[in-house]
Amino acid sequence: MTAKIKEFPGISLSEQDFTDGKILFNFDKLNGIYAWDTGVGIGSYLASLKAGVILGSHCPNCRKIVVPPRTFCEFCYRPMDEFVPLNDSGTVNTFSLCYVTWDVKRIKQPEIPAVIDIDGASPLHGIMHMLGEIDPKKVKIGMRVKAVWKPAEERQGSINDILYFKPIKEV
Amino acid sequence: MHDRVAIVGVGCIGFRPSTPEHSYKEMVYEAAMRAYTDAGVDPRRDVESFVTVAEDFHEGTSIFDEYTPDQIGGALKPVHTITGDGLHGIATAYMLIRTGQFDIVAIEGHSKASNIKTLPEVTAYAQDPILNRPLKLNSHFIAGLEMNRYLFETDSTREQCAAVVIKNRFNALSNSLAPYGANLTLEDVLSGPVISWPLGSREIAVHADGAIVMVLASEEKALSLSDKPIWILGTGWNNDSPALENRDWAHSKYTEEAARMAYRQAGINNPLEAIDIAEVDDTYAYKELQALEALGFCREGEAGTLTLEGFTSPDSGLPVNVSGGSLGMGNLLEANGLARALEIVLQLRGEAGPRQIENVNLGLAQSWRGVPTTSGAVLILAN
Amino acid sequence: MGMQKVAVVGAGMTKFVRRAQETAKELTWEAAHMALESCEMTMDDIEAVCFGTAPDAFDGVHLNGEYVSDGAGAWRKPYMRSYVGGGTGVFVPIQGWYHIASGLFDVVMVVAEEKMSSYYPHAQAAFMTIFDHTTERPLKPNLLWIFAMEMNRYMTTYGISKADIAQVAVQHKRNAADHPCALLGDKDITLQDILNSEVLAWPVQRLDVSPVSDGAVAVILAAEHIAKRITDKPVWIEGVGWHLDTSYWTNRELAYPRYVEYAARMAYDMAGIKEPRKEINIAEPYDPFDYKALHHLEGLQLAERGKAAELYSDGTASRSGNMPICPSGGLLGVGNPIAAAGLMKIAELFWQLRGEAGARQVPGQPRRGVAQAWGDLMQVGTVVVMGK
Repeated sequence: MTAKIKEFPGISLSEQDFTDGKILFNFDKLNGIYAWDTGVGIGSYLASLKAGVILGSHCPNCRKIVVPPRTFCEFCYRPMDEFVPLNDSGTVNTFSLCYVTWDVKRIKQPEIPAVIDIDGASPLHGIMHMLGEIDPKKVKIGMRVKAVWKPAEERQGSINDILYFKPIKEV
Repeated sequence: MHDRVAIVGVGCIGFRPSTPEHSYKEMVYEAAMRAYTDAGVDPRRDVESFVTVAEDFHEGTSIFDEYTPDQIGGALKPVHTITGDGLHGIATAYMLIRTGQFDIVAIEGHSKASNIKTLPEVTAYAQDPILNRPLKLNSHFIAGLEMNRYLFETDSTREQCAAVVIKNRFNALSNSLAPYGANLTLEDVLSGPVISWPLGSREIAVHADGAIVMVLASEEKALSLSDKPIWILGTGWNNDSPALENRDWAHSKYTEEAARMAYRQAGINNPLEAIDIAEVDDTYAYKELQALEALGFCREGEAGTLTLEGFTSPDSGLPVNVSGGSLGMGNLLEANGLARALEIVLQLRGEAGPRQIENVNLGLAQSWRGVPTTSGAVLILAN
Repeated sequence: MGMQKVAVVGAGMTKFVRRAQETAKELTWEAAHMALESCEMTMDDIEAVCFGTAPDAFDGVHLNGEYVSDGAGAWRKPYMRSYVGGGTGVFVPIQGWYHIASGLFDVVMVVAEEKMSSYYPHAQAAFMTIFDHTTERPLKPNLLWIFAMEMNRYMTTYGISKADIAQVAVQHKRNAADHPCALLGDKDITLQDILNSEVLAWPVQRLDVSPVSDGAVAVILAAEHIAKRITDKPVWIEGVGWHLDTSYWTNRELAYPRYVEYAARMAYDMAGIKEPRKEINIAEPYDPFDYKALHHLEGLQLAERGKAAELYSDGTASRSGNMPICPSGGLLGVGNPIAAAGLMKIAELFWQLRGEAGARQVPGQPRRGVAQAWGDLMQVGTVVVMGK
């Protein structure tokens, strides 16, 4: 059928069409404000971050320790009520060097997001955070890193209470 | 055979104006645990597919379906989301089982309306961005327009609409799940502030938080799991025009068409005769009257009179919204239809406690997706 | 399988463009209209409509499914929108399948549409809201992060080079030069072009990614007894599968998409396929990034873990090879209007298996194909097996 049709619908516009005033458009923005109940699992996670601790939870059935903590194990479908303080160090599971911000601006120094498998949690259980105090060229999967915290009085109970993770050994 | 499908388990939590003690995941987990316990199934082992109903902007998260599987036991299982009302979700689970590929399917819907701090603005964001939103009107205006035209064409009155509020909120006093039970007078209802004339504030269902999960099973499984399976006799759903500029304002055409589809499946020619109890949309009081007519329970213009005369009260000809409806239980966003179906299931099982209606064998649940939509669904259940 | 066998009997699509003049409703209408014309049907013949589109945030309309419903022909009809993120394009035909296989309907319109260009200044910014609102969004994440991290994990775990992966982009973009709707087709693109492109989020470079686009695709599904009346070349939906993994994506092994494997097994079981590598003639895995095609081929059991790149280097994946991969040009070549892109793969298999794919036609009368999409936080696999 694609062989038979000569012209497919769809008219392409360029940015120039807008700046030249050829296209009428309407601009609107949503004032969407949400206040999400954190509940027991994440609420405990945030409270622990404020205290300078990364919290996980333990499933007595499959015996995994997971992070962030939750009140039920999604694989066993059983309640988890044992919250376990973990170390604030870990291993880089994966990372990227990002030269574009979330709103598509170019930056010279890359942001370094990473998934960090947290010490004390089961293997392959980690959190996403940033890496800092490291030369981007030297980041490697498998690197050992440690959290750099905001000073206690500045912590709010947020994932940003950890500023970033930095390498444990000098590189 | 997979022709016949039954509801074998129900669970819920709520319904309250706010639920700060748990996150949506924890809230849904509670409801799901209750449903699975009621059904006697282990979701990890027995439930083969899961359907959830949700809308991104009600959660404040894009691609919200990402966050649906864990709390219902669906992690790494066939799970999908329908952006629809709970009755759309039940219809989906029904279709899945009838394909013959799945025996047990769960459906989930919830509301955390309390977490949406700018809900009127979010709701207005569903209006047409070019033609309607620039008018900067609170979406209740659409209900006001519709109510006005409905009253005009059917010769119904504001008093008749108020009678719906009085009945439903009084019914809610017998429902321990309902947060908005009240014993109101006509004066109470009509003296409330006008929101979008002729719609007054006391005719609008206030939101509530909560979650509902149901477990559906094919006939063979249903008979072994439950001694009170509630059979789905028919489902129907339909859309009218989304545009305000060309829709039928007085009639709920989508309810008529959805009902036609469901009645055909259930073999029902005379709804008033066949159906013992109904739970219909009353997120705005006039919608109950409009729905009763669209469902064919009475002729156009009669629903108001019947309601005023008490015909839809619990002890009368056709009990409607014995649960309290949304006016009594709260507007639960996508979970409204599930709340309507929940009451029918409880009534048909004889588990409605102080609200139990005698001799109910066939019930109907109907829902609408709210302004500015013209989307609704109907479900017919029997014990 | 199921109470009624289901076939695809018609298909239509719009061009995939960076920014379309047409509105979401118009794009949807164009695709649906073309699909109806392709099998000489009208909306009166359609009994239900299934619609898929990715997050409302892009369109700037809450309840977007309701808003676009009239474009999809859903006026006074049973209508539902299904949603599994990026997997939606291959899920919405599954939704159509269960409408018919359940016995409730005989003819269903399935449409997928995307108008991502409405988001200002760039659709990518909307993706921040897919991350967990409490544990991740405060870090101001970028969609590129999660892909780049997964790509890095995949490459490092199996020792795959950027050049190995870039072959995918080259082949798909060259294939797309033969697709009349393609945005990114390029007969002359080379490996060096890909490897020289600007680094966005290492290891992801600009030409490794298919950029956001607008477009719509529609297919018509019919029950067996109707399908045989409408066309003498129905293409059967032989197997469907879908699986959604846990939302805790940082608690999973990103190097392998197990959710695609489970979805594929579900679909292969239904289709009675025991040896997919032998029984599948054409594969259309989801390729918003070049490495994803490889990742997904492994999940689809069409290659050993870490070895999918060999299918490209040894010629298996080319149109004249043993198992052509993305003869359409995939997302990398045709474009990435999220949900529509997945359904484009279904439409492609439909045309290929009927011998109607024109310049893209895979030779040798292919009998069976598999289309796959992925979505959410590296989470969902949706798979459809189609056959003659």
